[in-house]
Amino acid sequence: MPTLNFSVNSKPVSVEIEANEYLASVLRYKLGLTGTKIGCDEAECGACTVIVNGTSVDSCIYPALKAQGAEVLTIEGLAKTWKQNADARRQTTDEERNASNVKRETSDVKRGELHPLQSQFIHQGATQCGFCTPGILMQSKALLDENPNPTDDDIKVALKDTFCRCGCYVSIMNAIRFAAQEISQQSPVSSLQSPIPNLPTTKSPLNIIGKPMPRPDAVAKVTGAAKYTDDYVFPNMLHGATLRAKFPHANILNIDTSKAKALDGVRAVLTHNDVPGSKHHGLIYNDWPVLCYDKVRYQGDAVAIVAADTREIAQRALDLIEVEYEELPVVDNPIDALKPETIIVNDGTGHGNLLKHIHVEKGDIEKGFADADIVVENEYHSPFYEQAFLEPECAIGRPLDSGRIEVIVGSQIPYEDRRQIAAALDIAESQVRVRGALIGGGFGGKEDIAAQIHVALLAKATQRPVKMLYSRHESLVFHPKRHATIIKLKTGAKKDGTIIASHATIYGDSGAYASLGDKVMTRAATHAAGPYNIENVKIDCYAMYTNNPPAGAFRGFGVTQSTFAVESNMDELAHKLNMDSFELRRKNALTIGSTTSTGQVVKESAGLLECIRLVEETVKRERLETRDSSLQSPVSNLRAWGFACAYKNTGLGGGAPDKSAAEVEVFEDGTAEVRTSAAEIGQGLPTILAMITAEELGLPYERVRVLLSDTDLTPDGGPTTASRQTFVTGNAARYAAKGMREILAETASEELDAAPEQLVFKDGYVSRNGHKMEFAELVKKARAENRPTRYLHEYLAPATKPLGTEGDMHFGFSYAAQAALVELNTDTGEVHVLKIVTATDIGRALNPLALQGQVEGGIMMCLGNALTEEYIVEHGKVWTDLLAKYKMPSIKHTPEIVSFLVEDEISSGPYGAKGVGEISSIPTTPAITNAIYNACGVRVKRLPVDQDALLLAMRAGRDVVL
Amino acid sequence: MMKVFENYHLPTTVNEALALLAQYDGRARVIAGGTDLLVDTQAEVYEGHRPHFDALIDVTKIAGANEIVERDGFIEIGCGVTHTQIVNSRLIQQRATALAEASFVVGGPQVRNVATLCGNVAHALPAADGTVALMALEGDALVSSLQSPAIRNQWRPLAEIFLGPGTSAVDSTREMISAIRFRPCGANEASAFARVMRPQGVALPILGMAVRLEIRDWRLETVAISAGPVAPIPFRANRTEEFLRGKILDEAVLQEATKILLSEVSPRTSAHRATKEYRVELLPMLLEQTLRTAIERASNHGSVH
Repeated sequence: MPTLNFSVNSKPVSVEIEANEYLASVLRYKLGLTGTKIGCDEAECGACTVIVNGTSVDSCIYPALKAQGAEVLTIEGLAKTWKQNADARRQTTDEERNASNVKRETSDVKRGELHPLQSQFIHQGATQCGFCTPGILMQSKALLDENPNPTDDDIKVALKDTFCRCGCYVSIMNAIRFAAQEISQQSPVSSLQSPIPNLPTTKSPLNIIGKPMPRPDAVAKVTGAAKYTDDYVFPNMLHGATLRAKFPHANILNIDTSKAKALDGVRAVLTHNDVPGSKHHGLIYNDWPVLCYDKVRYQGDAVAIVAADTREIAQRALDLIEVEYEELPVVDNPIDALKPETIIVNDGTGHGNLLKHIHVEKGDIEKGFADADIVVENEYHSPFYEQAFLEPECAIGRPLDSGRIEVIVGSQIPYEDRRQIAAALDIAESQVRVRGALIGGGFGGKEDIAAQIHVALLAKATQRPVKMLYSRHESLVFHPKRHATIIKLKTGAKKDGTIIASHATIYGDSGAYASLGDKVMTRAATHAAGPYNIENVKIDCYAMYTNNPPAGAFRGFGVTQSTFAVESNMDELAHKLNMDSFELRRKNALTIGSTTSTGQVVKESAGLLECIRLVEETVKRERLETRDSSLQSPVSNLRAWGFACAYKNTGLGGGAPDKSAAEVEVFEDGTAEVRTSAAEIGQGLPTILAMITAEELGLPYERVRVLLSDTDLTPDGGPTTASRQTFVTGNAARYAAKGMREILAETASEELDAAPEQLVFKDGYVSRNGHKMEFAELVKKARAENRPTRYLHEYLAPATKPLGTEGDMHFGFSYAAQAALVELNTDTGEVHVLKIVTATDIGRALNPLALQGQVEGGIMMCLGNALTEEYIVEHGKVWTDLLAKYKMPSIKHTPEIVSFLVEDEISSGPYGAKGVGEISSIPTTPAITNAIYNACGVRVKRLPVDQDALLLAMRAGRDVVL
Repeated sequence: MMKVFENYHLPTTVNEALALLAQYDGRARVIAGGTDLLVDTQAEVYEGHRPHFDALIDVTKIAGANEIVERDGFIEIGCGVTHTQIVNSRLIQQRATALAEASFVVGGPQVRNVATLCGNVAHALPAADGTVALMALEGDALVSSLQSPAIRNQWRPLAEIFLGPGTSAVDSTREMISAIRFRPCGANEASAFARVMRPQGVALPILGMAVRLEIRDWRLETVAISAGPVAPIPFRANRTEEFLRGKILDEAVLQEATKILLSEVSPRTSAHRATKEYRVELLPMLLEQTLRTAIERASNHGSVH
């Protein structure tokens, strides 16, 4: 074994390595420096960026021996490179309000000792899920070392291939700019005093609610201390691997594992015969085999699993498993799937390939079109899209001494994992503990079971801890995508612009298994008339099984697809009616008293008109002010604005009980902890929960800890989906904290001689008329009085009704309006988005900093939906099997973003808040494609925008890309 | 990252590198930055193949290999020189501008910091940016091989090196490209590079083009035009060059040159990348852009000494 002698973070290191190891793996697995992340193993994503001899490199493909004698700087050493007067640092004690991490990991670096890049990333909200953060920080450090005063263009060049899928690019650029200032001034001035340029204006805050707050896990995320699943290591841990299907559709005739079992270092090889309990898992329909037995239905299907001493041995063992297949015809699109003569892929629902037919009807569609003066009818196509969370799936199964099984995983639904693991292992749910690690992005793609059941089975079989880490390739092939859709949409309007008829037929490709396809396509259908009050609506949606990868949840949940169709038709109508595109939307917008296409009467919190007004005013003002410049662009380029609206439900809806529980405990040191099994996937839930708990208990924000996602220690917060957590778990935390406060108030009321309702809880004290008592004292006193110091609240959201009953299908909707300014190169067909103006009605802004991250991140994600992303499957075979073949928007695509928040409060929401996670992304795609139409007269009906087809259409004088 | 090799050697001389290759007798191959080789090999593993090298011979630590030097009327770029070094080199910026421009658009900074120009040439992709620029600069590759007992170093024109997409005349299991050289632009000479990318899918250009030319009284004394991918190997537009020689670039000349260019190239439709028709639409634009840019450069400053 060769020895690698080098310096890591200024310390000499000598370590025995394999000659064929890579630097990232030596740093992570040999030296325990897990701050360096591996996102793709292809030198594509930049998460593994470290600095070698002053130069940034992708350490995932950097042969370790190449670093012989080198000086390597990793995220763990970044803070120490910032030499600053320790006394000056100590003055800013208020900065140290962030030392705790969600997972109770303690970071050895305090906020006051951070590098300016690190503290600015926290302050500007430039870290969300945090998985990309170490790589982005190291690349930023390399940039500033070379160029201490970079322009925005310099930053875009330097960070071009260092991706943030949460899309914090605007904040990242701000953070780098302010850090550069701080460094060049060698300033002891606190980063907290920098402005946050992209913070939107909001209502005046309460004590804590409404103020921009940094994440409680931010220090851990910027120092590399934050732990994701693959960062955990246990003694005697084995490594798992999964044998995937060889064909997209085939009968399994025989599986022979004997050779694999005989391989030295292999500890277990399991097939369907070794699944003692339920042979299937699934979130709604139990139709997805834990390990395939009769046949395989897509390329990512799991046939066998292996546990071995190393990852390499496990991989080699897969080669030795012999599976005999009989190939079957491949069904690769939903329209074929619906034909009666087509082979049945999956009969999970008993209706052949039909997973679900969704029907929405309102009024009389035929009368509507008969009365219409003008009708537009189009067919739209959208492909599969990949969530591309930067942290590939990983899970660790561990036998506990008690005989129970623990699974560590970054999952969007921990309690659902527990249920499905227990069912497959045929053990009681009480015998399973699911412990959440930090999650490096989810976006809907971590709701289904990935390796959770497999590691539990292997851990049980071997009685040793087993880790399964998916390669990027495996992740791309395996997990559920955004549905590919075909949408036929016919819209009819009166001459005055009143839309009176909307008829949609939607085919959704749900792939091999149900996943959440039924619900996603239901949402696509129920939102397919857009956020408009239309008298006559008819929608038929077919969610189909095919041999493509399963389709399930992805930010936007079906509404992304139908909104593209709706808003394209709206724009065409506006043109045909010769009506201003803002006016047409205003005229038909849902408002109080309107009825949605499912028959729900809108009773409150409908800020769409205000969203339209804000965007319209801004765009029209800019058009006037810049009549001579902004719409004039260099030769060969055309510029134009495009506009679109959207709405999106908050919460599960459709009659599903929407529950979440949270527990608040207070401690004698004057702190509190809030606990729930609700997933933080980057959106900022722990910040919200800490803020709410602090607000209700009158504590400073930094005195509340958050414990998430441990089924032994935290109550069920339900799925992180449907933009629901701020609303549902936010409410649970609020009621739990309120309940706790009421108990404490009884003690305080005696102590301060005042009625409980007269007491004021604020800044760590309870007070009444100048008399006050410290919170810590209050807790001690309450304990002495044998009062409970923890309070659990199980929150049940307002009831909803199933589709077809015409009741309230959802308890609330968020709304958005967006305008995009695009530049189109008439020589190449290339499209660049220069600016987005957006207004989002989110009820109430609880944390403007995180909200801004959600809005900007949503826009970036669907800028990709419109222009760069496409997950390609050819006849059931995945073409997009490398990250190099799936282009996400990078910092270079980042437009200027002008964002308004509309705070039209919803009475049932915490402080009036409703969901934001999805709404911000939904109108972006049609705003861009409408702008393209306005620029060149070509209507794009197939996503993503193909510059090739667009240019050819323009040259040929065609007005459409089909 | 999958393990696709066993041993990793970092020789410090060309002799040592070649001796190692000989020792492994075809079971080892040369690696420079590795950003293509390692990723491509891993992709083959995902495809179910099991490519395997007993050893990789890293040539980036060879003494002197990290240098860009002017020698005997040529600019010589060693096999360890990264794209970043080329982008930052004033010599290249001024006297081989097309190569600086092409190197700047390769990958992101982390990749440019390790990926080498010689590695790019060895990979022999018809669309590789650096290769397209080098073709217009009429570069040569120094191919080093072991012809026992001596080392044979031979400068070979780049055009000879490329046999087909991804296939090179240099056998990386037995020989290596130890340097690239080309004549720098002198007075009244300049070069330019431009390309078009697709925002989706693979990170390979749809079309790239480079020119190098010399003008005298606005007349094109010499002109070299390369493009990729318009043929299985990096392509020189000989007939277009011939037509342009001695002419002043006006609208009529440009139109005729465009016609000739379109008649001598054979762009193809490549799935998920570009249609043939689209490439044909881009060619006139790239030709005009690169010619005009290079002429402007040549007339403004020519070469800067």
